[in-house]
Amino acid sequence: MQDVMTICNYCGCGCGVYLRVKQGRVVGSYPSKNHPISQGNLCSKGWHLHEFIHSQKRLTEPLIRRDGKLCPASWDEALDYTAKGLRRTQEQHGSDAIGFLASAKCSNEENYLLQKLARAGLQTNNIDHCARL
Amino acid sequence: MVGLATSFGSGAMTNSIGELEGAEVLLVTGSNTTETHPQIARNILKGVDRGAKLIVIDPRKTDLAREAHIHLALRPGTDIALINAMMRIILDEDLADDLFISMRTENFTSMRDYLHRLDLDEIAAVTGIDLHTIREAACIYARSCKSVICYCLGVTQHTCGTNNVQAVANLAMLTGNVEKEHGGVDPLRGQNNVQGACDMAALPAVLPGYQALTSPEVRERFRAAWSVAPPKTPGLSLTEMTHSGRDGAIRAMFIMGENPVLSDPHLKRVQDTLQHLDFLAVSDIFLTETARLAHVVFPAASFAEKGGTITNSERRVQLCHKAIAPIGNCRSDSRIIMELGKRLGCPGMDFESDAEIMEEISLLTPIYGGMHYDRLEGSWGLQWPCWNRDHPGTTFLHKYYFARGKGQFTITEHQEPKEHVDKKYPFTLVTGRGSYHHYHTATMTRQSRRLVREYPEALLEINQADCDKLGLREGELVELSSRRGKVRVKAHITDRVQPGTVFTSFHFWEVPINRLTIDALDPKSKCPEFKVCSVNLRKVKND
Repeated sequence: MQDVMTICNYCGCGCGVYLRVKQGRVVGSYPSKNHPISQGNLCSKGWHLHEFIHSQKRLTEPLIRRDGKLCPASWDEALDYTAKGLRRTQEQHGSDAIGFLASAKCSNEENYLLQKLARAGLQTNNIDHCARL
Repeated sequence: MVGLATSFGSGAMTNSIGELEGAEVLLVTGSNTTETHPQIARNILKGVDRGAKLIVIDPRKTDLAREAHIHLALRPGTDIALINAMMRIILDEDLADDLFISMRTENFTSMRDYLHRLDLDEIAAVTGIDLHTIREAACIYARSCKSVICYCLGVTQHTCGTNNVQAVANLAMLTGNVEKEHGGVDPLRGQNNVQGACDMAALPAVLPGYQALTSPEVRERFRAAWSVAPPKTPGLSLTEMTHSGRDGAIRAMFIMGENPVLSDPHLKRVQDTLQHLDFLAVSDIFLTETARLAHVVFPAASFAEKGGTITNSERRVQLCHKAIAPIGNCRSDSRIIMELGKRLGCPGMDFESDAEIMEEISLLTPIYGGMHYDRLEGSWGLQWPCWNRDHPGTTFLHKYYFARGKGQFTITEHQEPKEHVDKKYPFTLVTGRGSYHHYHTATMTRQSRRLVREYPEALLEINQADCDKLGLREGELVELSSRRGKVRVKAHITDRVQPGTVFTSFHFWEVPINRLTIDALDPKSKCPEFKVCSVNLRKVKND
């Protein structure tokens, strides 16, 4: 059993949380006593933070739409197909016909990379996220 | 964010969360803090326990409003009028901080002239609050030199959202409550990394660290690092993209970890746009309503399956640690983007670790200049601006000078919401996050049996007086309709809402309330007016 320190995934408070890991599964969430914001406290969402991680409804395979239905595919297929789709749109309608939505749920590094992909890779500033919602 | 950036030069919380409990006056406006930011609310209530005065501005009687010394239950959409009245009273009572105004701000003279032209009795009528109560609140706020204002989406989600924020900033500057440890203006950020996503420029009109797209020096720095310069013209905002329509300007989209089909206003437009794209790729941990429309869906790793940093409301950049390996065949979003970037010929997409990505971020983003993984590891993180490796980070902003030099007073005038109540749609609908137990579109919280047990379904908050008129009882089904659509939802009778106003959340896909909401946007921030639209209610008869 092992406790891994991380930051809660819900609101903007940024509480320090320990995830309890048992045999490769996250089985509990506990507040950090010394963290400057949580100070040993969590809200009801925080105490149940780990419960969606192993949900049966998690996506585990890439999916591609074939004949109107989403079907499992390999990573290479899905990535190639996506690159082709974006490239085709860029060629037919120009860079500004492509839009990117980044996420307030993803890390700084991931948001940085996505805006870099939009700006440096596809030459568009069409990138936003749900800050206003 | 645009509002605060215009007034102060920076659009983030000026204080740290821990500083709130040391304040003498806490003015909370448009924030249901106990439910949406429980740990920040804990700090606010700790302050109240220590003797601080709490003023809450909210049309609803939220739990925090019940604890308040003064609750200003204004008519939805009249925030500016109320704040202007408070400022006028502060001038009349001679409580303005003249030294601060003359040394640290500009444009005060025209502001003062404007305030002197206001008719306070008229404002009392517009806001629905009596002048005596407004006066009391204004004096309490202005008499302390440790006054903090916290605001949230109740202030920004209006067509006049930017002006609302500027009004709040005006009030703080008028009393000199800005550049202090226990005084300031604090926008509470809703999601764990909204602040970070903004800092990293997942925004259409700026580069990382809010640097100007058009500045030649900045562009040169990015060109040197990326080997291509970013395009010059600002891009489209989220609502402009998702509402571009069937034959709109946007033909392909890549959506990472968002669910606009449920969270955006005027859902039919969003669905219509996304369904008719030539290409849509979505990366998410669940098959969300948005992912169902995609051509390609990537299974993303959850927060427990990856590292990286996130930035909280008080600008604190904190390290997350990987607890387990990605489940199934999932991959982290950074890996997905890099793989895609390589296929699209995007330069610089071969980072070996998150730490390496952060090195590039700190190189290009001055406010993140001193953020290095070895510093973040083993500490509670660093608050930006953190200019270099030796900088300790910044707990409160604008000490000695504002980020933009001088603070700017901006005259803000009351503006009626886009939609008025009328005979056909006689109720005002307010939407937001409605429960302590759920989060946003609830894709995560509804996976928890216990959270679902506590709050299993959507409820419409409605006042007893309105129920009597409609012949409605607790738990009965109501049909809500607006000019854009209709939904059915169970009624919950409560005095949290005033007669004439109803409230519900957007947590539940069974009640897609954003079919009803208006897609009118604030012209500057592009924030949708989620807080006011007109609806009609009808009791659903059991057959």
